[in-house]
Amino acid sequence: MADPIKVYPSKPDKVYFFGTCLIDMFYPDAGMAGIQLLEREGIEVIFPQDQTCCGQPAFTSGYHDEARSVARAQLDLFPEDWPIVVPSGSCGGMMRKHYPDLFKDTADEVKAAGVAGRVWELTDFLLNVCHIKLDDLGEPTTVAMHTSCSARREMGVAEVGPKLLGQLNNVTLVEQARAEECCGFGGTFAVRHPEISGAMVEEKVETLVDTGARAFVTTDCGCLMNINGFAEKNRHPIAGRHILSFLWERTNDDKGDGQ
Amino acid sequence: MSATTPHPHIDVKEFHPRAHEALHNPQIRQNFRKAMDGLMSKRKAAFEGWDLETLRELGANVRLRALANLPDLLEQLEQKLTENGIKVHWALDGDEACRIVRDICVAREAKSVIKGKSMVSEEMELNHFLEGEGIEALESDLGEYIVQLANETPSHIIMPAIHKNTGEISELMHEKTGTDLSHDVEYLTAAARQQLREKFMNADVGVSGVNFAVAETGTLCLVENEGNGRMTTTVPPCHIAVTGIEKVVPNLADVSALLALLTRSATGQHITTYFNMISSPRKADELDGPEEVHLVLVDNGRSVIYQDDELLDTLRCIRCGACMNHCPVYTRVGGHTYGTTYPGPIGKILMPHLIGLDEGRHLPSASSLCGACGEVCPVKIPIPDLLVRLRRESVDGDKLHPAKVRGHGAKRTPLEAAIWKFWSWMHSRPGIYRTGTRFASRFRKLQPARAGAWTDFRTAPKLAGKTLHQQLRERGK
Repeated sequence: MADPIKVYPSKPDKVYFFGTCLIDMFYPDAGMAGIQLLEREGIEVIFPQDQTCCGQPAFTSGYHDEARSVARAQLDLFPEDWPIVVPSGSCGGMMRKHYPDLFKDTADEVKAAGVAGRVWELTDFLLNVCHIKLDDLGEPTTVAMHTSCSARREMGVAEVGPKLLGQLNNVTLVEQARAEECCGFGGTFAVRHPEISGAMVEEKVETLVDTGARAFVTTDCGCLMNINGFAEKNRHPIAGRHILSFLWERTNDDKGDGQ
Repeated sequence: MSATTPHPHIDVKEFHPRAHEALHNPQIRQNFRKAMDGLMSKRKAAFEGWDLETLRELGANVRLRALANLPDLLEQLEQKLTENGIKVHWALDGDEACRIVRDICVAREAKSVIKGKSMVSEEMELNHFLEGEGIEALESDLGEYIVQLANETPSHIIMPAIHKNTGEISELMHEKTGTDLSHDVEYLTAAARQQLREKFMNADVGVSGVNFAVAETGTLCLVENEGNGRMTTTVPPCHIAVTGIEKVVPNLADVSALLALLTRSATGQHITTYFNMISSPRKADELDGPEEVHLVLVDNGRSVIYQDDELLDTLRCIRCGACMNHCPVYTRVGGHTYGTTYPGPIGKILMPHLIGLDEGRHLPSASSLCGACGEVCPVKIPIPDLLVRLRRESVDGDKLHPAKVRGHGAKRTPLEAAIWKFWSWMHSRPGIYRTGTRFASRFRKLQPARAGAWTDFRTAPKLAGKTLHQQLRERGK
């Protein structure tokens, strides 16, 4: 669950960027957008090339030895005391909330806690640490927003996305029915229980379509892959983007740069 | 048959086929969606103006304090109840609890039992047992009565018949009791009340559950809306209360916080219609009440859970059902799909203790870990964390923290274990990871259009032309 009180650091000169494996392979534009937004705020972004995955897929599937081995490979990548920003509530939640438990009673316990304490979900970091001010350069448009369950409940950043979108003068944000309900992704849940997951994403897409918006943004690429995949297969007139891609595109003159 | 197994007609392991059936039943989908939407909005409205987080913290602390001293509190409870004239019995499992109830019935030459709502009695399969002993057991809670008429089990712990709409209930009552067909809820309720009143007057024994057992005063608290609990515990000459050993709280003052949370979380009510406090049998100068009162304290695996620092949190549960009401999986498949006494999120973490992970292997995985259950739990049970814990045990997946639940490792398959081993090997080696992902991106056109169960419902995700690693390396990062 979300921290009762969050203590944000002051704006740093440098941050570590943890890109997540889904962004790395499927949505690198979201990662690039996040990096460019940080750089525009005057922050130097360090991307350790040896990063792979936070270990969450194995962790939530119950394979904790395997998860720990992958997570351990990330622990040495952030030696300086800079914040670690993650463009995902889900991977951020894994690192911030579950690393301490995963490494409890091991030699890496202290190191894991040290990493966990520096992890921030990127939109939260942009809004509440960088105090970003967005200048909307795009055409008028209407979007819906889907906040991932981990961003909402684990990282406690549900209000961040709407606040950032609210800074965009030409963007109208519409809320779908049951906005807080899971889209049905849940990592391996979508594969272990495909029919239940299918029923969940079906209703999520319906409520998004019902808003009348033809586009939505989301905090997490798992949800994006799930919702877009269902909408595309069933020819529903809605398509989503990662919120970072959307924010960067609307506030940046040179639209080709992030791709 | 062991009383710790679920209903005799339901095999827990058949979760997938039942889920399939429920998902393709538009009536079930609609009934649950409508009911859960209503319950969610009622809960929300009921907590308006309250500092919910502080109240939840208080509720959690009350339960944690009670559990921390559970053995002592149970002793204190037994002593106080005995002083008050209530006879206390201890049952190691459901079978023993059933036998205790039977023996009390036999001693009184009882032929009929009227029951108030009690999930522990469902856990014990008490009705089934008593029927086998030639004793009639009739449910008096309206929902339970309907479920009993239909020869089903409850599909929700607070609203047992929530899977049925008015039309279905009307047809059932018409068929079984001759009630006129009607969509008038008032009429149907009145008809059921009429049918039950007669049973109340003639029942030899009343069986009820317990919401809170207060150690300090020796008081059994019972929350209910229909008055059947009050009838059950006062009209028959003998009252037997059954409860899990975890329901004890230290002081009477603790009840107020829990009650405020319970009713608002469950049905969105500020207070229930009836709140019964039972502290003794009928006294010499009293006009009504039973001549004798018994309490059966049921363990049924709880003391095993109690030994584990993490799993212990399961015992905080005050049975409000909010986790079910907010669970997107429960909403889609309904309570019967689980095949367990307790369905939904709490059932997924409680039932593996009672029936073992070999039987309940599908339960912990049937969640997207969205966290809605943990968010609404009035006593802050970390349900998602416990689901992950049980998933770990179900695949025997952590050498550092050995498994403790019966049947651990039952879900492990060699193929799946090998996949995770390979996945772990690749993601622990940055060079191999980069080469592998670069290779996949370059040859992404060869990616198959189908990807197992994923593409039954969605298009396959498309690999990007260049990974983020590549793009940043090119930028000199």
